[in-house]
Amino acid sequence: MLGKLSWSDIPFDVPILVGTFAGAAIAGLAVFGLITYYGKWGYLWKEWLTSVDHKRLGVMYIVLALVALFRGFADAIMMRSQLALAYAGNPGYLPPHHYDQIFSAHGTIMIFFMAMAFMTGLWNVIVPLQIGARDVAFPFLNSLSFWMTTVSFVLINISLFIGEFSQCGWLAYPPLSESQFSPGVGVDYYIWAVQLSGVGTLLTAVNFFTTIVKMRAPGMTFMKMPVFTWTVLCSAVLVMVAFPILTVALGLLGLDRYLGMHFFTNDGGGNQMLYLSLIWAWGHPEVYILVLPAFGAFSEVTQTFSRKPLFGYNTMVYATCSIMVLSLIVWAHHFFTMGAGPNVNAFFGIMTMVIAIPTGVKIFNWLFTMYKGRVEYHAIMYWVVGFMITFSIGGMTGVMLAIPAADFVLHNSLFVIAHFHNVIIGGVYFGYVAAMNFWFPKAFGFKLNEAWGKRAFWFWFVGFYFAFMPLYVLGFMGMTRRMNHYDNPDWYPWMLVAAFGATLIACGVVCQLTQLYVSIRDRNLAENRDLTGDPWNARTLEWSTSSPPPFYNFAVVPTVHDLDAFAHDKEAGIDTRAAGSDYQAIHMPKNTSAGFFIGMFSLVLGFAAIWYIWWLAALGLIGVIATVIARSSDNDIDYYVPVSEVARIENEHTRNLMAAQAAE
Amino acid sequence: MAHDMTADAAHAHDEHHESPVVFGFWLYLMTDCLIFGTLFAVFAVMRNQFAGGPTGKEIFDLSGVGVETAILLLSSITYGFGMISAHQNKVGTMRTWLAVTFLLGLGFLFMEIREFSHMVAEGNGPDRSAFLSAFFTLVGTHGLHVTCGLLWMAVVMVQSMGKTVLSERMINKLTCLSLFWHFLDIVWICVFTFVYLMSVI
Amino acid sequence: MADAHTAHSGESHGSVGSYLTGFVIAVLLTVAAFGLVMAHSFSPAGTAIAIAVLAAVQVVVHLVFFLHMNGSSEQRWNNMAFIFTVLAVAILIAGTVFIMHDTAINMMSR
Repeated sequence: MLGKLSWSDIPFDVPILVGTFAGAAIAGLAVFGLITYYGKWGYLWKEWLTSVDHKRLGVMYIVLALVALFRGFADAIMMRSQLALAYAGNPGYLPPHHYDQIFSAHGTIMIFFMAMAFMTGLWNVIVPLQIGARDVAFPFLNSLSFWMTTVSFVLINISLFIGEFSQCGWLAYPPLSESQFSPGVGVDYYIWAVQLSGVGTLLTAVNFFTTIVKMRAPGMTFMKMPVFTWTVLCSAVLVMVAFPILTVALGLLGLDRYLGMHFFTNDGGGNQMLYLSLIWAWGHPEVYILVLPAFGAFSEVTQTFSRKPLFGYNTMVYATCSIMVLSLIVWAHHFFTMGAGPNVNAFFGIMTMVIAIPTGVKIFNWLFTMYKGRVEYHAIMYWVVGFMITFSIGGMTGVMLAIPAADFVLHNSLFVIAHFHNVIIGGVYFGYVAAMNFWFPKAFGFKLNEAWGKRAFWFWFVGFYFAFMPLYVLGFMGMTRRMNHYDNPDWYPWMLVAAFGATLIACGVVCQLTQLYVSIRDRNLAENRDLTGDPWNARTLEWSTSSPPPFYNFAVVPTVHDLDAFAHDKEAGIDTRAAGSDYQAIHMPKNTSAGFFIGMFSLVLGFAAIWYIWWLAALGLIGVIATVIARSSDNDIDYYVPVSEVARIENEHTRNLMAAQAAE
Repeated sequence: MAHDMTADAAHAHDEHHESPVVFGFWLYLMTDCLIFGTLFAVFAVMRNQFAGGPTGKEIFDLSGVGVETAILLLSSITYGFGMISAHQNKVGTMRTWLAVTFLLGLGFLFMEIREFSHMVAEGNGPDRSAFLSAFFTLVGTHGLHVTCGLLWMAVVMVQSMGKTVLSERMINKLTCLSLFWHFLDIVWICVFTFVYLMSVI
Repeated sequence: MADAHTAHSGESHGSVGSYLTGFVIAVLLTVAAFGLVMAHSFSPAGTAIAIAVLAAVQVVVHLVFFLHMNGSSEQRWNNMAFIFTVLAVAILIAGTVFIMHDTAINMMSR
């Protein structure tokens, strides 16, 4: 009746998990209680959970990403503190099977649920506004994508309290992840969570590619498109190419585990090296999927705070496109030591070095944008400068790893860990935080506190160097990754430094939470509110509408005359909003709960399949199909916003604008 | 934000936007192409990993594959005739053609399931060898797509009941399904060439 | 084209004639491929190349006559997406086979 599930799968004997569960339960109950106390369930359901508005979905994605960051970061702190303790005679406080679950969960959560969710959130908040569209091409699919991502994150967290998580690292290499060596449910949790979130990611990419290609404002040709939108376009292409490969790789691993097939097993003709090739054919494009939008965000921030247009817009676009193509032919550099001959290693090594060229072009573009600009060192700009320094170091260690001979020494050592945290924290995370600070007033109508933003930056920046530079050293000293205990006295001091760095980063996270709290508390102060919709004197279309934008984004779809459409209009004295003109009724999609229910049924399906509860899995699957059919048969999916409502909202913003101008 | 439904003569304002649905679906098909591309790559790597089990030559029945191919090809033009009727708003004729296509698709599935169950019954299931794992997964994924296509076709036929004029949304749905169905035929060309015929040479 | 309205999404949608043309060509190509293999008239390598070429041609026939791909401007993005996909699939298949074959030779595992 309940498949493999029994009481003994609930880890009552692990005090850390019982404590975590108690904490999560209390926090959860408190949130539920507060929502109920203030009677906000109806509001939450109608305006947020069933929303198809890209701005609200974007905000929910970023909230999800921050929760995932919290979870993933807790794992990181546990790993660093374990390694600061578990030296010589001291076993530390995490036994190997627990430690292995922690590093597997850390990687999986940080990539799939922190970085990917953060990225998708930024796409959602920014792209339709930036291209002058009223929504994405497929608003319902957008909501569905969000719920698929959310339920996968829920699923991965269920593994904390029911059963276990994978102990095979964030990519679950076979044969370790085969049922012969991992008979538990951990790998199944991993497979189902990643697969379900992959559905969401793929739909998002299809959605945004279509939106950018088909729904740009009139006049916005491709070479007049903002850089951030360009990077999203290329990133979406990479998602559409790479995620199907991930789906197949994990699907085949699942078939091995569920149906006893022989793709990656030791016996029966299986070949685990094929898994490595497939997973990295996804995995390498994936890092560019993450970092390209960050590059886009850096470009927008740099040009805005340097008070001049981006240096070399064209080269930036070409560099982005060449990274997009090159990233498809470098994947074997992740397994130079696998045993391929010099032909394979030389080819992929050289391609990897080639991809550093367009990336270097971008760095120079940003530097030249700042050169002779009137650079305003706002807190957001700190993240950009911190990125340029940190990412350049990460890029150079990447080129070191691209040399197959050097890779044979460094492979699987802490050097690799240091390298990819160097590019992912220094590139992706700094970029997303800069983007969040930059576009926050657009989404909410008030700015984030700058002092706390700077504090957060300094803790993150300094903490990063303390936490990861020692790992480069340790890599050279021969310390391998994924160890939970060691006896070498030379390594010990460096591990202590790394743990200190992690503590500094923890302070950075606390500063970021404080920044959010302080900003929300002071949101009504005059210096924090954004009445004009353009707090930074920025250059692209999203700043031409109010903050937060009306749900239809633009009452009159703007006409684009030049690159940086809004900057052009401001200089030429054109009112991009066409305020007070003859408004027309606006065609908008209706909110729907179908995405929510498909997500929930998928959660049931995933959970049941993990535990071999086949009747429940069948119910989940039927639920998914039935909801899809019901949605497809529903003809009441859109409506028109009447002219009077449009005029009311627009006139209110016009009054705000005039008040703000009068105050200056 | 109260979204009140007051679309007074709103359609008069409707600047006609080309629906992005078909293009979006085309992109989805491209991602599906990559799924099949990956499965073909896996099959290419696994095609000689028999692990002491049977080779393709020993177990593939070309005449059965020929019949399956014929059925699928035929179903492609019957669906095409359905689309032509749909564009002429002949809803009844369209449904008839869709029904014919549905039956052909069902016939294809029946033959595939029979082939699979024969192989499993003789001990040559997907757990026998890496070659058979790759074979069953590749061909089975195609079969799963056909199943989804049939389910979709049934839904569309039911949704078109009692309609005399097909809405734009309905036409878009039929067009997407048409792309899907023809796409599966293309995948099948690669399957019978690179899986069946190549193994038998 | 036999029908009146072509307003839908830049997709042209064929006539009875074009479907039948495509069908006949497809049948001929399929029969040729099966015939080549069953008749054993070429060397194995020759047969393999021949049926691969026949399959490629048949894929194009299906794309043109059944999926109505053409060079018109409305379809520019459909075509670009398709060409890029073919490129990506080619990279993936060629790359995977290259890596796995080279590994097998180098490790003497086959």
